[in-house]
Amino acid sequence: MNSIDATATEIARAVNARETSAVELADAMHARIGERDGAVGAYLSETSELAREYAKRVDARVAAGERLPLAGVPLAIKDNMCVAGTVTTCASKILEHWISPYTATAVARLLDAGAIPLGKTNMDEFAMGSSCENSALRKTANPWDLGRVPGGSSGGSVAAVAAGEATIALGSDTGGSIREPAAFCGVVGFKPTYGRVSRYGLIAFASSLDQIGPISKTVEDSALVYDVMAGLDPMDATSVDRPVEATATTLREDLRGVRVGIVDEFALDKLDADIRAVYEAAYADLVRLGATLVPVKLPTADYGVATYYLIAPAECSSNLARFDGMRYGLRVEGADVGATYEATRAAGFGDEVKRRILIGTYALSSGFYDAYYVRAQKARTLIAADFAKAFADCDVIACPSASTPAFEFDAKSDPFSMYLMDYYTIPMSLAGLPSLSVPCGYATPAGAAGPMPLGLELSAPLFAERALLGIAHAYERGTMHASKQSIPAIPSSATVGAR
Amino acid sequence: MSVTLGATATMPGAKTAIDINGVAYEAVMGIECHVELKTETKMFCGCRNIFGAEPNTNVCPVCLGMPGALPVPNRRAIELLVMAGLAFSAEIPAFSKFDRKNYFYPDMPKDYQISQFDTPLTQGGVVPFWLPDGTQGTCRLTRIHLEEDTGKSTHASRDGRIAGSTHSLVDFNRAGVPLMECVGEPDIRSGAEAVAYLEALKRTFVALGVSDVKMEEGSLRCDVNLSLRPIGQAEYGTKAEIKNMNSFNSVARAIESEIARQADIIRSGGRVEQETRGWDEAAGETHAMRSKEKAHDYRYFPDPDLPPIEFAESDVTRLRGMLGVSPQVRLDRMIGVEKLSIVQAHNIVDKLGLADYYDAVVAAGAKPQAAVNLVLGDLSRLANETGTPVSTSALRPSRLVELIAAVDAGTINSKTQKTLVERFYTTDAAEIPLTKIIVDEGLGQVSDSGAIDSIVAEVLAANEKTAGEYRSGKVKVMGFLVGQVMKQSRGKANPALAEERLRAALGEPEGAA
Repeated sequence: MNSIDATATEIARAVNARETSAVELADAMHARIGERDGAVGAYLSETSELAREYAKRVDARVAAGERLPLAGVPLAIKDNMCVAGTVTTCASKILEHWISPYTATAVARLLDAGAIPLGKTNMDEFAMGSSCENSALRKTANPWDLGRVPGGSSGGSVAAVAAGEATIALGSDTGGSIREPAAFCGVVGFKPTYGRVSRYGLIAFASSLDQIGPISKTVEDSALVYDVMAGLDPMDATSVDRPVEATATTLREDLRGVRVGIVDEFALDKLDADIRAVYEAAYADLVRLGATLVPVKLPTADYGVATYYLIAPAECSSNLARFDGMRYGLRVEGADVGATYEATRAAGFGDEVKRRILIGTYALSSGFYDAYYVRAQKARTLIAADFAKAFADCDVIACPSASTPAFEFDAKSDPFSMYLMDYYTIPMSLAGLPSLSVPCGYATPAGAAGPMPLGLELSAPLFAERALLGIAHAYERGTMHASKQSIPAIPSSATVGAR
Repeated sequence: MSVTLGATATMPGAKTAIDINGVAYEAVMGIECHVELKTETKMFCGCRNIFGAEPNTNVCPVCLGMPGALPVPNRRAIELLVMAGLAFSAEIPAFSKFDRKNYFYPDMPKDYQISQFDTPLTQGGVVPFWLPDGTQGTCRLTRIHLEEDTGKSTHASRDGRIAGSTHSLVDFNRAGVPLMECVGEPDIRSGAEAVAYLEALKRTFVALGVSDVKMEEGSLRCDVNLSLRPIGQAEYGTKAEIKNMNSFNSVARAIESEIARQADIIRSGGRVEQETRGWDEAAGETHAMRSKEKAHDYRYFPDPDLPPIEFAESDVTRLRGMLGVSPQVRLDRMIGVEKLSIVQAHNIVDKLGLADYYDAVVAAGAKPQAAVNLVLGDLSRLANETGTPVSTSALRPSRLVELIAAVDAGTINSKTQKTLVERFYTTDAAEIPLTKIIVDEGLGQVSDSGAIDSIVAEVLAANEKTAGEYRSGKVKVMGFLVGQVMKQSRGKANPALAEERLRAALGEPEGAA
């Protein structure tokens, strides 16, 4: 076993058994990042010293007899999560040099369980985007084809895991920001039920939708990370006070008796033929493994994107107000306080962030509030009700994670075509459901260097994480798509974008 | 709304009618109060809620609005506010939520304030109050809602105003302190009513432990919306909002000044502008701050970081049970039943600890007037002198009742009573009955004519000159002679009897008709 390419489960076992040390792993992983990240561009900053410090602490704890669920597991952290003493940028110029004074709860729980913080990963600015191209600080490439995007907004975290530059990563998902890039990069990406994982220390985009989740090579690893970080946090009033069922120890190997809902409105005939064939095969695999396919209806799912693009911008217009140049972050002086606000925000935010702040400000304005924000909230309620109805007949819902594999840089210049990348992931976010993407095959789009991965999205009722991860694990073990293709060698000389 | 207690209702506002070119106008006021709640910690974080700390020392990522920090509501603050509402018979809706009020200002760390827009914690209610002239008024409450305070800005300019300042300093210690906004209906008609209303709020908030209500520390801030209209007219006139008053007295002065200003404008044919005006304490007048033409769009929406607050009937019942005796109920009883004066009743109730003591003394059988005289007189003085509050002094209400009864019965005189009150205030063996102490120590009042006559004879013999002055018509020396009798009796003589016997012994003074 090449230990830095092992799974988190294997690494934790080996470190707990003192077969290898967390310090060795951290050093090897930083060397790997040094070789590959010039081409991939997954990281915005490496936290080598912090990693070494934590690695030493883990080795000492293990030597003292402790067994840690994530002992020595190298972790990449999306740069919208606070880690005390590290630069936390949200890939925005407005926070380019901001050092967080505290650590996010989810991150703190992983570090306490033995994970090693390698660094902070690139993302679409303030998590707004589906390709990682909206980062104001760096370009990130898809490790499968360096001419293509990794997806977004958690593009850096996903690329890091796919390129072997991290064993696990944390992403955040507001409308698909973990699942869509996980599909694009051929890894597992899991968004838990809204409220399951504390948002304290996650820099808010849209508070009622944001949720932290794991990105990993296997479903089992995602379950392991979820088990460590899920649960009530007194620092987050929206975190749910409800016992967390362990998932990593209850994964299943087959799908006997499982009812999988196939959504009428997500009919595969909308997709290109080769992609459609992959999903038809995926559904057939579910049946082969023992599941029954059940047709279900989500009549309001089509309104998901429109609903999302009112609620999320409305919340972001308020959440991002605090970036005003007064207390921290970028400050561009103007003639008076109002001019300073304007100059700071004009220089500090990128186009997509400004676009969403404008949309959200408009949607909340007096005279438009009822027509936009209130109606969007009503639509959100209807979408959630549709899911509840559908889950009366099935245990999970299966559908594509995205309609295409990863696309080339600059392919989606029209914002709306980019928004549609989250067509299959947004409805679940609006309903707060647990949802994940697991590799389900490959397609070779025109101009691609080779086959590009595709993801199957599985979604479950609220708080049904145990069932969802169990089913995803059985599908993964029964298909083994991740081992059917491998990432082309990553040239160590290439540079995708300067940090 | 002002009605005379137990008498014919007077015309609303009649007593404050303002003559403008022969038409009787009245002033109409609605008052909004911001009251900082007395909690251990801030509204949405664990920072301490105290006044007067070094700037920016009670702060954390949450109240500084750091990226990623989240608010968690302070349950105690919610309960205090609900109790405040219940004390004024407000309704407690089963559902309430927090909203964001969005606007940019440097002392507001998140550039939005967590507040409540359309679902306040309490709705309605009424605040009754007594006016100095013995009439009673009420002011209806619109609502009380909960929000967070902002930081405190200090502008670096000559006069402390923002105009002309080179920079501003912000202290975020106050940011996130729980603040209740108490909105009153436009029921107030005069400065006196405004002050009585504010005092009634303060009295209740202090009694409940909801707030310190110190205007000088900013834990109570109030804005007065004031307009004039001809008496009998239903529509309101154009209002001005007055801010920056730092005492109840300045509220009254600001109102009188603003009424005069608006009356002058109307008198000379002008129109009152809708605007915000600041009270200038030194100049004794209001000045324009900003006009309200550009109404702000605060883009209120439900705060997605905070789940809605749901109140069960059992929660409300529990909080209602914690209210204790309302100060207003006490005032009504003292004034209406016990016939205390308006001033006496307010003095008793507004001095923390005195009302419970007074009630205990009256409940133990003392006459209210005798009780109030002692509590507001000797006991308040002793509390000041000794630093020991009346409520924790050695003098128990039951002993005070004995002392009052002993004077009433003529067993001791009031001078002895005063001596004993002073003595018992610091040390008292409460189990020994007063009657025994009087007998043992020979403190009983001398009311025996024979005994007093012999003292009178001694006093007159020793003060022949003064006795002569009395006989020649200088009757005011009687006080001195009575004093001498008291002295000679070591304070035990019945003073009324002493005077009577002196008069008899001296005979009629010259010139007495």
